Amino acid sequence: MASLTITNVKKAFGSTEVLKGITLRIESGELLVLVGPSGCGKSTLLNLIAGLESITSGEIKIGDRVVNNIRPKDRDIAMVFQSYALYPNMNVRKNLAFGLETRRVPRAQIEETIQKVANVLQISELLDRKPSQLSGGQRQRVAMGRALARDPAIFLFDEPLSNLDAKLRVEMRTEIKLLHQRIKTTIVYVTHDQIEAMTLADRIAIMKDGTIQQFDTPHQIYENPSNLFVAGFIGSPSMNFIPCRIATHGQQNGVFLETGNGRSYFLPIEQPGLALDPWIDSEVILGIRPEMISHGFAGQKGNPQIHEIESIVKVLEPTGPDTLVFVNINGKEVTCRANPSAAKPPGEIMKLMVDMSKTILFDPQTEELIGKSTTPPFQVGLEKRK
Amino acid sequence: MRNEAQITTMNQSPGAIFGRILLYTILIIAAIYFLIPLLVMIITSLKTMNDIRTGHLISWPREVTLDAWKEAWGSACIGVKCEGIKGYFWNSVRMVVPAVAISTIMGAANGYVFSKWRFKGSEMFFSSLLLGCFIPFQVILLPMASTLGRLGIAQSVTGLITVHVIYGLAFTTLFFRNFYVTIPDDLVKAAKIDGAGFFRIFWKIILPVSIPIFVVSIIWQTTQIWNDFLFGVAFSGGDSQPVTVALNNLVNTSTGVKKYNVDMAAAIIAGIPTLFVYIVAGKYFLRGLIAGAVKG
Repeated sequence: MASLTITNVKKAFGSTEVLKGITLRIESGELLVLVGPSGCGKSTLLNLIAGLESITSGEIKIGDRVVNNIRPKDRDIAMVFQSYALYPNMNVRKNLAFGLETRRVPRAQIEETIQKVANVLQISELLDRKPSQLSGGQRQRVAMGRALARDPAIFLFDEPLSNLDAKLRVEMRTEIKLLHQRIKTTIVYVTHDQIEAMTLADRIAIMKDGTIQQFDTPHQIYENPSNLFVAGFIGSPSMNFIPCRIATHGQQNGVFLETGNGRSYFLPIEQPGLALDPWIDSEVILGIRPEMISHGFAGQKGNPQIHEIESIVKVLEPTGPDTLVFVNINGKEVTCRANPSAAKPPGEIMKLMVDMSKTILFDPQTEELIGKSTTPPFQVGLEKRK
Repeated sequence: MRNEAQITTMNQSPGAIFGRILLYTILIIAAIYFLIPLLVMIITSLKTMNDIRTGHLISWPREVTLDAWKEAWGSACIGVKCEGIKGYFWNSVRMVVPAVAISTIMGAANGYVFSKWRFKGSEMFFSSLLLGCFIPFQVILLPMASTLGRLGIAQSVTGLITVHVIYGLAFTTLFFRNFYVTIPDDLVKAAKIDGAGFFRIFWKIILPVSIPIFVVSIIWQTTQIWNDFLFGVAFSGGDSQPVTVALNNLVNTSTGVKKYNVDMAAAIIAGIPTLFVYIVAGKYFLRGLIAGAVKG
């Protein structure tokens, strides 16, 4: 158990800068998820924390100890690999024991630890099998068991679920979350799957091109993404981005939405702390999540933030609990989430309720969030972008 | 059911049957072509000299005798000594076993470093080591002779071992390196995090999964070193000659009659160890070569 502090860490391979100054900090017992598209540097950052690669500049602290020049084995970490990396020549018991034997832990204590870990992960009956005789899910458990047996200060997970099939992945995700709630150890978890990030994390660091785009709680990131990239990356289906112009209409600032066939609606935007006056008559990008455009919102009658519009349905995508309705607004395809029974067939006009209370605006030039001052609890995480 | 149907259609097609027959005919002819010399050697070695002089080359011996084998092993004259190839055979064994062991182990260690512990310039080291595979034996005879002389191990089995280890390293390194690049790097990373160092990872993680490539390396090196003639004749003294050189001298030592049966027996004795290695471990040889070639 230890906190993790990363200060302005840079990493270059030759002349290619892979990490361009990463700063973040998590407290002891927190689960940090590093998420981003391929090549964003998340795995490199994990390798730096593990000590498998050396830092070009900056500082990494585990607890109060700077570990820049400490070898992986002395950092008090354990790592779960995407490929599991189980030692193929050893059975499960020896795989679990290897790290302990290397550290010259007494025999009896090793035996005790193995039993304990095997019980926690329900792999007791697999102890005498070789990795090649295990299924994907079982290998995954053993790989986690090997990390658990060491009882490290920090666990590192490198895309641990991406080799599993969809169903097993969801199961193991829940298990990892349960495990974390039980053992309360600091975990750094790398994934490219935004749903894994949202479900598991205490804090998410969204990375792109070697920089952190936003470092915050899942809730904050979902509600107040700091730029277009984050807004589009988190959430499924992704947030709608509608280009529009800020206008004033009867004392209210808002946007005009054109839904085809000459229909035009003015939707006021009124949110506390959002000053739109400087933006009047400027182009902006309106960000609105699919669930904020629906056939109606139960128990919300009379809510001044909810406005009715009509549009022609283009395509329907039933997902089961909801049906995704695709319409055209301001020339852009927009996804709405409606009750399956309320969704109109393609070609017909459908009444849609738009909840404007959680819309956000982006500057089309800088792609940054407009107006709202999102002050996250830990400001250090936000490397200033130009 | 489906299989049967397939077989029936195959049987019905005359073209397919003809193809099969042609294939097997060619294979059998090729096999006979390569086996006949061995058969002649064996038959001849079991004949008496009288039989050889009066009989036909591939006729069956009238009287099967192991006398020629005994003579080749224990009493045939090589140069001025008439003690057979026995001593030289053991020279070869004393040379091959350490040379193969050392070059294989060093090759494994080299391959481990070149695949899992790369350092700045390691690729360059590796490529220059590979050049060793392409240097013809003849080129290094003189410099090697002078080197061995300065080291004080010229004309000895130790000298021969040294030469073969150095020459074999290029090949064994290549074998092991290509095998080890197919082992996931994550294994080494995991072991590093588990606290294991360079040697512990080698012993506990890498070596246990290296058996196929060890077999390949051992077969290759044993065959190369046992069959080598040039280094044997150039760098060995009278008493340290390997069996290949002794065989040559035996055949060339004439005391009146040329004893074909003894020559044949001696040649077979000299060839038996490599044949044996292939028969025992050949299966692993192919498997190991393929394991290195196909990833996964």
